[in-house]
Amino acid sequence: MQMTAAEQTAEQAEADMKQEEATPEETVKKSGKRKLVAREERATVGEMAVENPRMSCRNVDVYYNFGEKKAINNISLDIGRNEVIAMIGPSGCGKSTFLRCLNRMNDTIEGCQVKGEISMDGKNIYDKDVDVVPLRAQVGMVFQKPNPFPKSIYENIAYGPKIHGLVQNRDETDELVENSLKRAGLWNEVKDRLDQPGTGLSGGQQQRLCIARTIAVNPEIILMDEPCSALDPIATAIIEDLIDELKQEYTIAIVTHSMQQASRVSQRTAYFHLGDLIEIGPTDQIFLNPLHQLTEDYITGRFG
Amino acid sequence: MSPTQLLLTLLLLTAGGFYIGRRQAFAVSSTKGGPKVLHSRPTYYGSLTALWCAVPALIVFSFWLAFESSVITDIMIAALPEDIRTLPADRLNLIVNDIRNLVSGNIVGGKISPAIQAAADHYRSMKATSHAALSVLVVALAIVAILGIRKVISPALRARNHVENVIKVLLIACSTLAIFTTIGIVLSVLYEAIRFFQIIPISEFLLGLEWSPQMAIRADQVGSSGAFGAIPVFLGTMLISAIAMCVAVPIGLMSAIYLSEYANKKFRSVAKPLLEILAGIPTVVYGFFAALIVAPFIRNMGANVGMDVSSESALAAGLVMGIMIIPFVSSLSDDVINAVPQSLRDGAYGLGSTQSETITKVVIPAALPGIVGGVLLAVSRAIGETMIVVMAAGLSANLTLNPLKTVTTVTVQIVTLLVGDQEFDSPKTLAAFALGLLLFIITLILNVIALVVVRKYREQYE
Ligand SMILES: Nc1ncnc2c1ncn2[C@@H]1O[C@H](COP(=O)(O)OP(=O)(O)OP(=O)(O)O)[C@@H](O)[C@H]1O
Ligand SMILES: [Mg+2]
Repeated sequence: MQMTAAEQTAEQAEADMKQEEATPEETVKKSGKRKLVAREERATVGEMAVENPRMSCRNVDVYYNFGEKKAINNISLDIGRNEVIAMIGPSGCGKSTFLRCLNRMNDTIEGCQVKGEISMDGKNIYDKDVDVVPLRAQVGMVFQKPNPFPKSIYENIAYGPKIHGLVQNRDETDELVENSLKRAGLWNEVKDRLDQPGTGLSGGQQQRLCIARTIAVNPEIILMDEPCSALDPIATAIIEDLIDELKQEYTIAIVTHSMQQASRVSQRTAYFHLGDLIEIGPTDQIFLNPLHQLTEDYITGRFG
Repeated sequence: MSPTQLLLTLLLLTAGGFYIGRRQAFAVSSTKGGPKVLHSRPTYYGSLTALWCAVPALIVFSFWLAFESSVITDIMIAALPEDIRTLPADRLNLIVNDIRNLVSGNIVGGKISPAIQAAADHYRSMKATSHAALSVLVVALAIVAILGIRKVISPALRARNHVENVIKVLLIACSTLAIFTTIGIVLSVLYEAIRFFQIIPISEFLLGLEWSPQMAIRADQVGSSGAFGAIPVFLGTMLISAIAMCVAVPIGLMSAIYLSEYANKKFRSVAKPLLEILAGIPTVVYGFFAALIVAPFIRNMGANVGMDVSSESALAAGLVMGIMIIPFVSSLSDDVINAVPQSLRDGAYGLGSTQSETITKVVIPAALPGIVGGVLLAVSRAIGETMIVVMAAGLSANLTLNPLKTVTTVTVQIVTLLVGDQEFDSPKTLAAFALGLLLFIITLILNVIALVVVRKYREQYE
């Protein structure tokens, strides 16, 4: 539904543009002093490759419902080491879908097909001999909707480290739980009720619980799907500090609807539009000097 | 009018009442600016009229019919000739029955004396009068109600609230009906059980280790002493239920896990209904399957390894009963496992869990209360099952935990106590009520536990 609504808007925008312009065959449009790539151009603008990438995607297509619905269209993108890459774009444009490809979470959706190549440190993660279990332990994920287990707060955090054997005894577990909750900025609120169900927390607290749960298993790459959508500015600042701290050692891909957040935490930003990767570049440049008309529309609030 | 015709008339009047009320609502509002000045929508005024037309008339109707026959009979008896009227009660009853049969045109045994014929005519005429009076009363009541409500309809009348109150009362009545039925059953069983406990002390019933429910007809008869200790019977029930649960819970649960977590949609859509068919097989079919195939098989196996297995054994009954209740466990568990949100599984997978870790550490714990509820329902079912046990486990009440021996269960004993010719006040018959009461209490407790658990389960996620 979102897709069709967005499509209509996009068609509308294109129709408007055609009326404005006398020469539709021209694909580059003059806007102010900069030249912008025209709206109907769908090839990725900007440098998608980086040197020695952590993850690299080439020509990725994703289909839902056994190929009936194409959600992502020919995306190629590199994610560098120790970098924070932000993904922005209107709702339904495929950000979550793309993110879920990176740790093969899409495998759990019946009828979802991923084509193309996604490799991590040069190894294609969709190869037959790749085991998704260690892959997902390496590439952790914070989901768009907070999904704490119906267990105690303590157990929510301890679950991951326990199954991976990261903790040997109760003391180590206690320490890890406390540490993870502190880094996610939740410790002070829950330290007296660790034995109560995680589902009893407020939406924002649940979101931080899920972040704490993810960092507790010590992944090397963290995928965050709108981790701050239910957080107040204070908690958001804590999470952004956490991201800054994590990027020393880890690689982070973050989906966000807040452009301020993207510009605060990320080094590179990718703009998605209806399943296409429209533009990718250094964050400053994307927000100050976008090259594509659609990107400019989005960041100036003319679209989405 | 006959009662049926009267009911039809009342139905027509009610429909008319609805129409009149609705039209009146439009009429009273038309001079003041249309239906929107009305407190409620016009159909509510119609419904209110219809309700007032139907409900009081129906109440009168049903009470009248309920008491009609006894009142008329009393009047008729009072008018009978002196010599008949003073007969003993049971003889009189027979004559009254004869008269009633005569009235309804049935064949009456013996010859019809003129006095009885007269009484029958009297009865018939009184009945006709009564019906006529009822018809007049009901129709008058309905019409008066329609006219009365029509008068009071005004824009300020809160018709919707009245109608909704009536509907609410109706809903309450329906929901309490089941409760009152249950209470009624419990009370009647309780009453008979108390009579039993007046003859056999309750301590002997609850703690006695021997069950042989006979009562001597003559004092010097062989086997004249009865024993009413319920423990062997309940132990038999527990033994068979336990065997059944040992079969049903693991198989049911694992098939539920397979169906909901591993099987693809197509397999699931075929396998689940097939499993549920197991629940649709009549228990008597399971019974002879158990008695004719499973029990001899177990006995032969036992004989081969040199064990003494009776031809009717708790094991045979329990195994087959277990098969029977698999669908209860699997179908309910499958539902609750499916109800666990996908996001929880995603969360577990996202942390790098394997599928089996996700199932055992996240999905099953989240679904556990629901699964427990399903299992407890299955237990109630196993305890209440009779037919398989009658056919495959025997009738003798052995105090044993050996599954290869013949045992009996509470329900089976109730059946054997109540079939056959007995007076209704011998301890043998009354014992059935005591057993029933105890069984009821046990299953009730199990069901309450199941309900509490299931309710708690609702609060789990979200
Ligand atoms: N499980 C699914 N089955 C079928 N279609 C899906 C599924 N998940 C997502 N889609 C479709 O794929 C498209 C991209 O969805 P996606 O969730 O990736 O969007 P998004 O960019 O994350 O949006 P938002 O910002 O609202 O989270 C949408 O059109 C959506 O309807
Ligand atoms: Mg999303």
